[in-house]
Amino acid sequence: MADEVILLDFWASMFGMRVRIALAEKGIKYEYREEDLRNKSQLLLQMNPVHKKIPVLLHNGKPICESLIIVQYIDEVWKGKAPLLPSDPYQRAQARFWADFVDKKVYDVGRKTWTTKGEEREATKKEFIDVLKLLEGELGDKQYFGGADFGFVDLSLIPFYSWFHAYETFGEFSIEGECPKIIAWVKRCLQKKSVSETLPDSKKVYDFVSEMRKKIVAE
Amino acid sequence: MGEVKLIGTKQSFPCTRIQWALKLKGVEYEFLEEDLMNKSPILVKYNPVHKKVPVLVHDGKPFAESLVILEYIDEAWKHNPLLPHDPSERAIARFWAKFVDDKVVAGALEALKAEGEEKEKAVKSALESLAFLEKQIEGKKFFGGEEIGYLDLVAGWIPLWLGVMEEIGGMKLLEKEMFPSLYGWSQNFIHIPLIKECLPARENLLNYFHASIQYVRSLAAKKT
Repeated sequence: MADEVILLDFWASMFGMRVRIALAEKGIKYEYREEDLRNKSQLLLQMNPVHKKIPVLLHNGKPICESLIIVQYIDEVWKGKAPLLPSDPYQRAQARFWADFVDKKVYDVGRKTWTTKGEEREATKKEFIDVLKLLEGELGDKQYFGGADFGFVDLSLIPFYSWFHAYETFGEFSIEGECPKIIAWVKRCLQKKSVSETLPDSKKVYDFVSEMRKKIVAE
Repeated sequence: MGEVKLIGTKQSFPCTRIQWALKLKGVEYEFLEEDLMNKSPILVKYNPVHKKVPVLVHDGKPFAESLVILEYIDEAWKHNPLLPHDPSERAIARFWAKFVDDKVVAGALEALKAEGEEKEKAVKSALESLAFLEKQIEGKKFFGGEEIGYLDLVAGWIPLWLGVMEEIGGMKLLEKEMFPSLYGWSQNFIHIPLIKECLPARENLLNYFHASIQYVRSLAAKKT
């Protein structure tokens, strides 16, 4: 009996991208369903009644929610190929810690780069660069956060790259200027098909953010 | 199997989660009491990113963030498993653990700190979160089934800490009539000997929250 895998997602979601990359790494065939977040489907509301958010993975009808939880599930079910988490318990804990750090810091601070103005925006930019510099420190001289291989932390962070152009333009700063090591890491990740075929075009994301920003930031 | 130290405080329920886990696994450990107003060099060394407790140190290797530490403990000491074996059940346990921390804990703290109209809104939101948790425990003795597991430890702050927050915050969240299953679970959980023996004294916890809320409110007052 073949597995039925459906992903409820939204094209610009960094969280959805994590799951798409994981599925691609594992070579899993799935059906992608685009959600209109202003008009959520009955299926989404039924399968994630608690948060009503994407991404939601449906595996043979069973829903799994929360992007990092979905990725760990994928890693545990499809064990044979492309391990996403290390096998050593200490390394696994480090990977979980840093993915959690990305969740706690990158999204919220990144969002403020395009939703705030003036002094608040200046403080946000500094905070965002500090977060990336901390991540640069953790990366060190490694190819990937996972070491020689692309892994859980890489996957949790790389989708944000598609939003960098929007952050930089609205925030008026240069990420490459401040964090060249992160950009070098980004370029290595983009060599991977699973990443380059998943990340949307930065200009498309910028246009999307631009529309959203009009409704949030009063001129 | 190696030297285990736990850096924490008795009042911090994320630290208590770790004590419970280590005791369930029968692991001997040294508890290093931390003064959070005057953080020790050892804490800063082992958790430079967040400088928070709990931090587990196993054979000199540090681990931070209570949910990450719980999973590590379960993998390093494989007997008496905390998480279920089946991947979809593990995903469900992890989902609800995140929900407890992001919504139930955060909701209770919001309700505790807020005043007036804000408090009413925060209480309503916290009750909605508890309603979701009630559904999860309905028909079960523990979140882990017949025996306590990962999610019981994560939700384990509810019997004592939530009661203290309710008293300090002048609000009632875990009403027996509204959430009979969750209430029943909390009574069963708190009476387990190894759970009980790690609890801080209620008086100390009351003082701790009382002092914290004064501090938080004084910070808020300074901003206006």
